[in-house]
Amino acid sequence: MPRLSAKSATLLVLAALVVVSPLFFPSGYYYRVGALIFVNGLAVTGIVILTGYAGQISLGHAGFAGIGGYACALAPVHLGLPPALAAVLGVLISGALAYLVGRPILRLKGYYLAVATLGFGILVSMVLNNERQLTGGPDGIIVPDLGLRGLLKDWGLNISNGEFWYFFCGIALLIGAWIALNLRQSPTGRALRALHGSEIAAQTVGIDVARLKLQAFVISAVYASVAGSLLALQNKFITPDVAGFMHSIEMVTMAVLGGAGSVLGAILGAGVLTLLPQVLTVFAEFEQLVLGLVMMLMMIFLREGLLPSLLRKLRGRDE
Amino acid sequence: MKKTLATTVPAALIALGLASVASAEIKIGASVSATGPAAFLGDPEAKTLEMLVEEINAKGGINGEKIELVLYDDGGDPNKARTFATRLIENDEVQAIIGGSTTGTSMSILSVAEDAEIPFISLAGAIDIVQPVKPYTFKTPHTDRMACQKIFEDMQKRGIETIGMISGTDGFGASMQAQCKDVAGEYGIKIAADETYDPKDADMTAQLTKIRNTEGVQAVLNPGFGQGPAIVTRNYRQLGIELPLYQSHGVASDGFIELAGKDAVEGVRLPGTALLVADLLAEDDPQKPVVMAYKTAYEERHNEPVSTFGGYAHDGFALLVDALTRAGSAEPEAIRDALEATSALVGTTGVYTMSAEDHLGLDLSAFRMLEVKGGTWSLVE
Repeated sequence: MPRLSAKSATLLVLAALVVVSPLFFPSGYYYRVGALIFVNGLAVTGIVILTGYAGQISLGHAGFAGIGGYACALAPVHLGLPPALAAVLGVLISGALAYLVGRPILRLKGYYLAVATLGFGILVSMVLNNERQLTGGPDGIIVPDLGLRGLLKDWGLNISNGEFWYFFCGIALLIGAWIALNLRQSPTGRALRALHGSEIAAQTVGIDVARLKLQAFVISAVYASVAGSLLALQNKFITPDVAGFMHSIEMVTMAVLGGAGSVLGAILGAGVLTLLPQVLTVFAEFEQLVLGLVMMLMMIFLREGLLPSLLRKLRGRDE
Repeated sequence: MKKTLATTVPAALIALGLASVASAEIKIGASVSATGPAAFLGDPEAKTLEMLVEEINAKGGINGEKIELVLYDDGGDPNKARTFATRLIENDEVQAIIGGSTTGTSMSILSVAEDAEIPFISLAGAIDIVQPVKPYTFKTPHTDRMACQKIFEDMQKRGIETIGMISGTDGFGASMQAQCKDVAGEYGIKIAADETYDPKDADMTAQLTKIRNTEGVQAVLNPGFGQGPAIVTRNYRQLGIELPLYQSHGVASDGFIELAGKDAVEGVRLPGTALLVADLLAEDDPQKPVVMAYKTAYEERHNEPVSTFGGYAHDGFALLVDALTRAGSAEPEAIRDALEATSALVGTTGVYTMSAEDHLGLDLSAFRMLEVKGGTWSLVE
């Protein structure tokens, strides 16, 4: 039997999930949850490149999501850009900032990136909170409509807002996953994984460690920025929460919980952590408690992350 | 024995199922911030809604129909609030929504509610929620602007023309600061000094000294929330400033007096709701019975002092019950029309009269000017 490559298999599973799941949706609310899972999944795919491939940790990725989100809110009003181009502008700014922050830091070994990004994330969040004239402050700001759904309607394809964002974010996630999986098998991806194993060994075989780490950081910042833009455009409203420290932690947690080394695992982690708070509402005031407990148990018993641990268990049974 | 059990259990289940379908015909959704940084708002709101729904169902419901409350905790996160609003409308199929403890969560919920044409009563402060008027969105709390107006009105009466302001940089403080500066001109008040502090600061003497040394300042206004205003008040006394000090409705609670200390807080004035001074209200005050009933019930049940924020939820629910009773139907469209036609409904925050142009329906009389005398609140006549 011809074996599918891991890349095609992952993409097929994802595409099937995106297309088949709506058949089982009892109401429009599930499209909303699905769209959120895809947006978080996209941001977490960026974390896979940075943390899973290159072994670097960022504690300020929400800052890039904030830049992407607020670009969509501010650029159409102040620069007259259409929202889609505003998202591109957000990507450019995020990428440039990641480059500026990462360039000096990533020459160093150790936890410097975590500390620097922590500061960066808090800085972005402070600017968004305090520059009231521009950003609307802690109360947030309205984001203009993307306008694509209206276009589709003109072409005779009339779908609800929830359905539109479900499929739009689903496609974005597929593209993001495809790029991340291609990167993994490219020479750059192999070099990244090599430096993850040992920076000294990687250097010895001629890998430019600092440059590669910087590349991974910039790429993952772009992922976060796009995810922030998608969230803002979908919600048509954004507050500085999107750039908050808790959101950064949430992204890293999703990646680690699902399995930071694999794209599918990280997306699974995003799915679980997005769904859990919705499912756990039945526990009312004990919700947070149960959520914490579930996460602890997962980390204790599925130490490598949800997907890798489960796969290992399955394989173990086969052999 | 086995056989009886096998037949009774399903029968009982069917009966239960039928019963719950038959008795819960009006479904009201709520998404409040019962946990997280805005829990001081959402927690009393959630408790109030649960209590009121129980009360009304014990009395037989509205027009004979029981109310079912679907309550979610959005943790103050606008993204979650939007998801819960979608869930309430699409999945739980509620006829109306109360909630949105913060401006951010309210703005998220309202765009979902407007799209789905479901009436929504917001519990957040910002005027943007109902201005411009959106067909399905209403709100109960008075706005920051009204608090500024009430304070300036009182200053006018005392002949104060030039003031200094010291504001917190948090959402509440910054919003009120902007509104006060905007409206001061209408009352002929000049803001000669405009200082700010971070809500986490532990000392504001530098800013206050600057205000004291500003020529012509006759009074000081402190829009802020949490412990900031308490520190401002203490520093104010430590510096021996004799000018009148005005605080905002953000600290209208007994907690503020305790935090700032009884001596420091003496003579401080602020705009508050009738709820805070329920016992002091005149017997013929139209709000007295409503406020006392809510205060007694809440404090008995939860064993904690009633708060202005719970009062917002009380009024939101009262508006909805009133609208449902008058509409005689639980169709969202009918509820909306009835809400807009609300007339002279007495709540804890004020007396509501809505119209097609006004989805808040409160005027300045909703605020009472309060002064701390002898370590407790008193009404300024």
